[in-house]
Amino acid sequence: MSPDFLKLIFGRLTFESLPLHEPIVVGTFVVVALGGVALLGGLTYFRLWGYLWREWFTTVDHKRIGIMYMILGIVMLLRGFADALMMRGQQMLAFGGSEGYLNAHHYDQVFTAHGVIMIFFVAMPLVTGLMNYVVPLQIGARDVSFPFLNNFSFWMTVGGAVLVMASLFIGEFARTGWLAYPPLSNIGYSPDVGVDYYIWALQVAGVGTTLSGINLICTIVKLRCPGMTMMKMPVFTWTSLCTNVLIVASFPVLTVVLALLSLDRYVGTNFFTNDFGGSPMMYVNLIWIWGHPEVYILVLPAFGIFSEVTSTFSGKRLFGYTSMVYATVVITILSYLVWLHHFFTMGSGASVNSFFGITTMIISIPTGAKMFNWLFTMYRGRIRYELPMMWTIAFMLTFVIGGMTGVLLAVPPADFVLHNSLFLIAHFHNVIIGGVVFGAFAGINYWFPKAFGFKLDPFWGKMSFWFWVTGFYLAFMPLYVLGLMGVTRRLRVFEDPSLQIWFVIAAIGALFIFIGILSMLMQFAVSLLKREQLKDVTGDPWDARTLEWATSSPPPDYNFAFTPVVHDNDAWWDMKKRGYQRPLTGFKPIHMPSSTGTGIILAGLATAMGFGLIWYMWWLAAASFIAMLAVGIGHTFNYHRDFDIPAEDIIRTEDSRTKLLAGAR
Amino acid sequence: MNTDTHAAHADHHHHGDGHAHGTFSTYLLGFVLSVVLTAIPFWLVMSGALPSKQITALVIMAFAVVQIVVHMIYFLHMNTTSENGWSMMALIFTIVMVVIALSGSLWVMSHLNSNMMPMHQMSGMN
Repeated sequence: MSPDFLKLIFGRLTFESLPLHEPIVVGTFVVVALGGVALLGGLTYFRLWGYLWREWFTTVDHKRIGIMYMILGIVMLLRGFADALMMRGQQMLAFGGSEGYLNAHHYDQVFTAHGVIMIFFVAMPLVTGLMNYVVPLQIGARDVSFPFLNNFSFWMTVGGAVLVMASLFIGEFARTGWLAYPPLSNIGYSPDVGVDYYIWALQVAGVGTTLSGINLICTIVKLRCPGMTMMKMPVFTWTSLCTNVLIVASFPVLTVVLALLSLDRYVGTNFFTNDFGGSPMMYVNLIWIWGHPEVYILVLPAFGIFSEVTSTFSGKRLFGYTSMVYATVVITILSYLVWLHHFFTMGSGASVNSFFGITTMIISIPTGAKMFNWLFTMYRGRIRYELPMMWTIAFMLTFVIGGMTGVLLAVPPADFVLHNSLFLIAHFHNVIIGGVVFGAFAGINYWFPKAFGFKLDPFWGKMSFWFWVTGFYLAFMPLYVLGLMGVTRRLRVFEDPSLQIWFVIAAIGALFIFIGILSMLMQFAVSLLKREQLKDVTGDPWDARTLEWATSSPPPDYNFAFTPVVHDNDAWWDMKKRGYQRPLTGFKPIHMPSSTGTGIILAGLATAMGFGLIWYMWWLAAASFIAMLAVGIGHTFNYHRDFDIPAEDIIRTEDSRTKLLAGAR
Repeated sequence: MNTDTHAAHADHHHHGDGHAHGTFSTYLLGFVLSVVLTAIPFWLVMSGALPSKQITALVIMAFAVVQIVVHMIYFLHMNTTSENGWSMMALIFTIVMVVIALSGSLWVMSHLNSNMMPMHQMSGMN
């Protein structure tokens, strides 16, 4: 076969593109391939493909989609954390003339992939998954506003994750850092496929995120049950609303910035080049207009989770509900006014820097107000130290430290010293792990019994908790010290041997976190085995306050046999207090959306198109694009979009619950 | 909202909360206005009626803003009460965001341009 023909078919992809010269990558590939073959073989052997396709992959049920988001987030956490361990190992070893065990080419990909994966494919799916699962239940709805769109959004996020994972074994990932600043990310300095993987993974996943944001806003605005006015919504629903508003307002900016960068790379425009009137500084400016709101997109739902958990486990109404709502809205607006603090040192003058320094400091006021609200909720409460509450306390202690170092970094002169140092790394891990990750874990432990009908095992949960929390402090407090001593981020080798001890401590901390992650997986496995002992038949294992606990665990497909009517903020608490009786008769058929495979097919085609664009396989990109249009138009002719759950089925489901509840008493 | 006009099939109905649908004359008016608002900038560029390119560009942008408003009123049927005021709220939020992003970027970039671009002195920091 002629080289021209091969090039037509495979574009830039050749045997040399495969990282066969990197023993670490080859080893990983062998392990992943064996694991993958075992998984696929197991699924085939137990004949699970049909079940998975019918009940999960094609589902439009917000609860199942939420669970799939969580699984995606946890799987990607393993990948992102493997990168973190590799970095900690490299930085611990590369002293006194040692080069460590990662070459520069590989190490640069590792830190880029770590950042991209942890933000886009761990934190975002965990947050979106919890919102997807909980919000419709909390507002007494049957599903989200656009159930098919929800399925499509999920699979687009998976498509992005697949592209990032593919880059590990086919070609390479970006070596630019997680925001891919030009001119480094431009074609002149990054001619290979790494940045293209980055661009198309984020573009594909970004479509999913934006659409899911629109979907959830619409759900919260339009589908609240009767009586639930805006100021009677649970705080988690409020923070979800604000988060999704932020998503819809900010993700288009990311999409456009990446589109301009890809124009620079693919067709030779000069938006962000050094010459011909381009300005790399414009890229930095634009990407942080998305990037700062992104931080709040992640942390606001976590704040919502902590609010629910604090009031449930203190047995009290949330202190200062109204101020909590206003604080959330103020943070939503202010998060758009601070982006420049990510590049104080790029050369804006004193007036610009002081403006953005001050707005940054102001944003800590509503956040601090929230902290006091949680404290006052706990004050004189009968606090139960179950796992969700433990994560919440850990969050409150940890996040305050992260907040304080954040205010410190907001002072422009201080930032000139600390910019891009390990102090910054310690700061944002402090707020993201202490806020978002702890929040996701609190949420997982809190809502798991709702999703599966049994609680998570407390022993392994506490193991995970203590290893995570101590591991976090061990891993990141040394980075504060190193940052103050002037060590910058993303370094691969070090000269000064006196620094080594701090990196050793940080690596030990990372190992602790590793044990914490393993304990969490163990917690899932043990809980599954002990599910009969941990069973909850009441649907309300924590004596909680919001509507999602009014239905069974797991909730039926239709969530609520009758749409609840709300009279109070803590709707379910209010119902329990007023001696609410479950209706036992009068069930009517319920209208529900049908499953469809269109979402997964479209997302698969989008991923193929991304792969084609990355490797310059133009035929593949064009064919998948046309196929996407065809499938999309074809779907408009699908008239089997909804069905009625017959009244008999509902009576059967509700009667079996009645028996369970009677047995529990 | 009762149980069977719920959740999944909200897209079946248009709820009657001020969701206007426009008449032939309002559509025609909107169309004529859009054509006029497009034709004038076109003419400005082709004839070069205004003395400088910069003024032409600014005038075109002003026409573009008016065009957006025309579309929102006549084609998207937006008013202060549609969708219980959510449309208006969303519009105000969007405007605030766009103003922040545009004016902020212009401010920041003009600073960076004067301080950081080649041929300028670093001492010029204000």
